[in-house]
Formats: sequence, C-alpha cells, structure tokens
Amino acid sequence: MTYALEISDLKKTYPGGTEALKGISLKVKEGDFYALLGPNGAGKSSTIGIIGSLVTKTSGMVKIFGIDVDKDMAEAKTMLGVVSQEINFSQFEKVMDIVVTQAGFYGIPKSEAMPKVENILKRLSLWDKRNNQARTLSGGYKRRLMIAKALVHNPKLLILDEPTAGVDIELRREMWTFLKEINKNGTTIILTTHYLEEAEQLCRNIGIIDQGTMVADTSMKDLLGTLNVQGFVFDLIEPLEEAPLIEGFPLKLEDSLTLVAAVNKDRSINALFSEFSKLNIKIKSMRNESNRLEELFIEMVNSNEK
Amino acid sequence: MKSNYKVSVSLWTLTVKEIRRFLRIWVQTLVPPAVTMSLYFVIFGSLIGPRIGSMDGFDYIQYMIPGLIMLSVITNSYNNVVSSFYSVKFQKSIEELLISPMPNWAILLGFVLGGVARGVLIGFIVFGVSLIFYPEFTVANPLLTITVLLLTAILFSLMGFINAVFADSFDDISIIPTFILTPLIYLGGVFYSINILPDIWRSISMANPMLYVVNTFREGMLGASDVSISFSLGMICAFIAILTGACLYFLKKGTGIRQ
Ligand SMILES: Nc1ncnc2c1ncn2[C@@H]1O[C@H](COP(=O)(O)OP(=O)(O)OP(=O)(O)O)[C@@H](O)[C@H]1O
Ligand SMILES: [Mg+2]
Repeated sequence: MTYALEISDLKKTYPGGTEALKGISLKVKEGDFYALLGPNGAGKSSTIGIIGSLVTKTSGMVKIFGIDVDKDMAEAKTMLGVVSQEINFSQFEKVMDIVVTQAGFYGIPKSEAMPKVENILKRLSLWDKRNNQARTLSGGYKRRLMIAKALVHNPKLLILDEPTAGVDIELRREMWTFLKEINKNGTTIILTTHYLEEAEQLCRNIGIIDQGTMVADTSMKDLLGTLNVQGFVFDLIEPLEEAPLIEGFPLKLEDSLTLVAAVNKDRSINALFSEFSKLNIKIKSMRNESNRLEELFIEMVNSNEK
Repeated sequence: MKSNYKVSVSLWTLTVKEIRRFLRIWVQTLVPPAVTMSLYFVIFGSLIGPRIGSMDGFDYIQYMIPGLIMLSVITNSYNNVVSSFYSVKFQKSIEELLISPMPNWAILLGFVLGGVARGVLIGFIVFGVSLIFYPEFTVANPLLTITVLLLTAILFSLMGFINAVFADSFDDISIIPTFILTPLIYLGGVFYSINILPDIWRSISMANPMLYVVNTFREGMLGASDVSISFSLGMICAFIAILTGACLYFLKKGTGIRQ
C-alpha cells in the first residue's frame, strides 16, 4: 500500500526555540479525505509548511506517494498542491496572471496551461474576475484564488490549511462540494479547519494535534463511536425555576425555557420522556446539542494538556 | 529530458515575470535614470565641462559618459533584484517558487536575468541620452564594452539578491545602496581619473572595487583606463563566481526565506 502522505517522527524547533513539533507521525491513504485538527498553535501549519518545503524540518521523514522529499524533492513536489493559511500571492497582479505564472513555475507553458486555468477559474467562480488585480478580491475570493493556484498542476495530493476561514456559509458549502468532487475524482485531500462540523461533513479520517504531538489518528466513524454522551436540548412550553432532578440524566437549565440533558449512549431517551411526563414538564421541541465532535475534541485536547 | 524542458519553462516564466515587473512600473524604473543623467550631462558636461577642460586627453563630457552609464547600470541592476526579491519575500509569494519543483539555480538565474535586463536596458537608454549631448561619440571596443556591461549587471544583480536575502524591512534594502554602494561608485572614478588625486588618495582608491568596474568599461568605450584590464576582468569574474556560490548556499539553506 502506498500512502499519499507518510510522516514519521517529525520534529521542528524554530530559531527562537519554540518546539512546534515534538515527533509527529501519521499516514494518509491514497484517495483519503483527511482532517488535521488541533487548537491554535498546535503545529498544523508547521507540519504543512514542512511537507511543502516552505519550512525546514529539524528532523524526521516526509514521504509523498512513497517518495522521500529529502531524496527527490522535485518529483515529490509535482504531486503536491498546498493552499497555505496565509495569502501568498502578489497583490498587484491579475488573477489570471497569478495562476498562469504558478503553472509556469511547475514547468507548464502558458499555451498548455490556458485551457486548464480557464476550467479551474470557472469552477471556482473566478473567471469573471480573471482580469482584476488580486488585491481587489474579497477575502473569500482570495481563498479561492489560493485553491486555483494549488490545483494548476493536477496534484494527486492537495493540502489545505484552513481554506474556509472567514468564508461565508454559501461560499463554504460551494467549496465543500468542489472539494468532495475532486476527492471523488481521485485527489487525496488533507484539510485543517476549526469548524468541526466541516471535518465531520467532509472527512473520512482524522488526526488531532495538540502542542506538537498527535493525540488521535483514527477514522471519523470510530472517533464518533467513542463518544458515549450525547447532548439534547429541549425547548419547554412552560418556564421552570430550576432544573429537575432525574436519576441517570444530568440536566441543566440554560434559561427558564431551555433544558439541556446529557444522555449516555447506552440509555434510551424514552426513559427521559416518561420522567418528564411524570413531572408534568411539557416539551415543545427537541434537538441535538451543537456539535458532538466539538465536545470530543475539547475532551481530548484537555486530557492531553493535563 | 522532460524535466530539462520543465526547468526551462519555469526559468522562462520567472524571467519574463521579472522583466514585466520593471516594464510595468516604467515611470519609476526607466524614466528617472534618463532624467537624472540628462541633468548630469547638461550641468557637468555642457555647462561646467568646458571649464574643466580635458580629462586623460578626452573632453570632460566624453570622459563622463562611460562613468555615468556604469553608475546607472550598477544601481539599476542592484535595485531591481533587491526590491523584487524582497517584495516577493515580504508578500510571501516566494512560496509560489518554493512550492514548485524549480531548482534553486533557476530561481537565482531568473532574478539575475531580470536585473541584467533592466541594467542593460538602462545602459542603452543613458547611452542614447548621452548621444544627444555628444553625438560624435564612438565606442572604441564594442566587444569589451558589451562584455563589461553584462558582467557588471550580473555582478550587481547578485549583490542585490544577497541584500534581499538578509533584508528584514524596507529600510534594509536601501541602507546598503545609500551608504555603501553609491559612495563607492562616486569615488570609483565615475567623474574623474584617479591620476588627478594626490598619491595617498590614489592608493586608497585602488582598494575600491568600483574603480575596476568603471575603468574597464571606460577602456571599452574610450580606450583609456586607470587600471589593468585583464586583472579587472579576472576580478569581476571571480566575484561573480563567489557571489553565485554564496547565493546558492543561502537558497539551499533557506536563509531568510524558509523558517
Ligand atoms: N516562524 C515562526 N517562528 C517561531 N515560531 C513559530 C513560527 N511559526 C510558528 N511558530 C510557533 O510554532 C507553534 C505552532 O504554530 P503553527 O502555526 O504550526 O500552529 P497551527 O496549529 O497552525 O495554529 P493555528 O490554528 O493558529 O493556525 C506555535 O507555538 C507558533 O507560535
Ligand atoms: Mg495554522
């Protein structure tokens, strides 16, 4: 089995002495859609920087489709596309020129690049803005331009560092559809995000980094499976003074009309409802509490920090 | 074979991008030297020059022409590379190059060719301006002239590159040109022959590398020089080799461009 990405014992200490990575290992299978999560400063961008040779590593090994970047950097790079967290194009150039020039750096002459660039820009809704100076684009479109640049040489592995940060809901959904589509067509995708809902929607496998170490590397399914408590929110018809006490179901009153329950996975929610009826608590509606993955994430990161 | 082709496409892309950059901002890059040099020719050539008389047997304005061309070529090749490479670093668009499979030597060569293109173009512009003021000028040794022109542009493009590698702010890219490069050029025989200096200053001037560049070029254009030509050409080539080595080393190490 060749892995799209294989990292072992990757360490990075910045010149100032910050130990950003303390020995990260991870493997991403070909065709995977992988989420790399972690709190601010965890080391996600450092890891991605090293993979793309934008940051020098202190030690460790990186292989892209089985090719060690220390042995054949050029070959490894032709298979890799990276969308950096920070904007990295010249603000004064035109959208079209930026993408065509990037293709040129990959060795693709302009005549060959043009049809491809047109296609990518159209799919990312940038075609109408192709002659605009990059600095005049809004934040969301700048992100799209970054993605266009990373795709121009048909990479087999695409790594995106917070591609949807600051992107509105509609654009984000469009981007999701786009990424799902290129993943389906065979491109392996690794993505970092702080929107866990996004990771849950898109990714099959997931790695969590905290303070430069891996705290989890598993499939999304398994991870969600380990979650044994689920939160439910009940909207009440009549206000309550305080949360009722019900055996086995810890309850919390968010405001007088909203009750939150933590329900253990092996318990039936029917039991809770019958208790509510006994206490004459009338439920108007019920929903899942925010994001399950979010709680798990915080739990894992907290336990790592202890 | 395939990969050689790709490298040449990437080099071509970078070089064209570099040339486009200074052509796009031609008001800042191409016009000022033409204006400044016209002023020099009017004031020192036409107005004051006749009172100075001859320098090494040439009309003063004629003597000045090679010096002023060199002055422009040096500052423009240097500035082109230092400002372009620094702004690429500053805007992070250096990542576009680093992420690509382009080899370091091609990255360096692309920036240097950009600097050389601007230096040489400015050289011709200033020469064109000088012909307005001194139409009877003929070039003594065209081959030597062109050779020195190219070598000088390469040398100072490389220096600009190193300056940009170490620059951390916009101040850093003007400190060296203002406080080191310009004084050395002005004192390097652009406006006078070191034969007019007292012995002590003549000896000190001999340690100024600009003297060799300016005088070799003057030998090409006028057939007169204060220094030995083969020695100067040798030194220029040696410096180019050393600086190229240094640039490639910095690129490999990632100095100033990779954290
Ligand atoms: N150029 C640098 N010089 C010194 N320290 C750095 C540099 N870049 C990052 N760091 C440090 O390395 C650590 C990891 O940073 P990194 O950017 O990789 O985190 P991240 O997981 O991407 O965070 P975020 O979610 O905020 O983007 C942080 O402590 C950061 O301060
Ligand atoms: Mg980051």
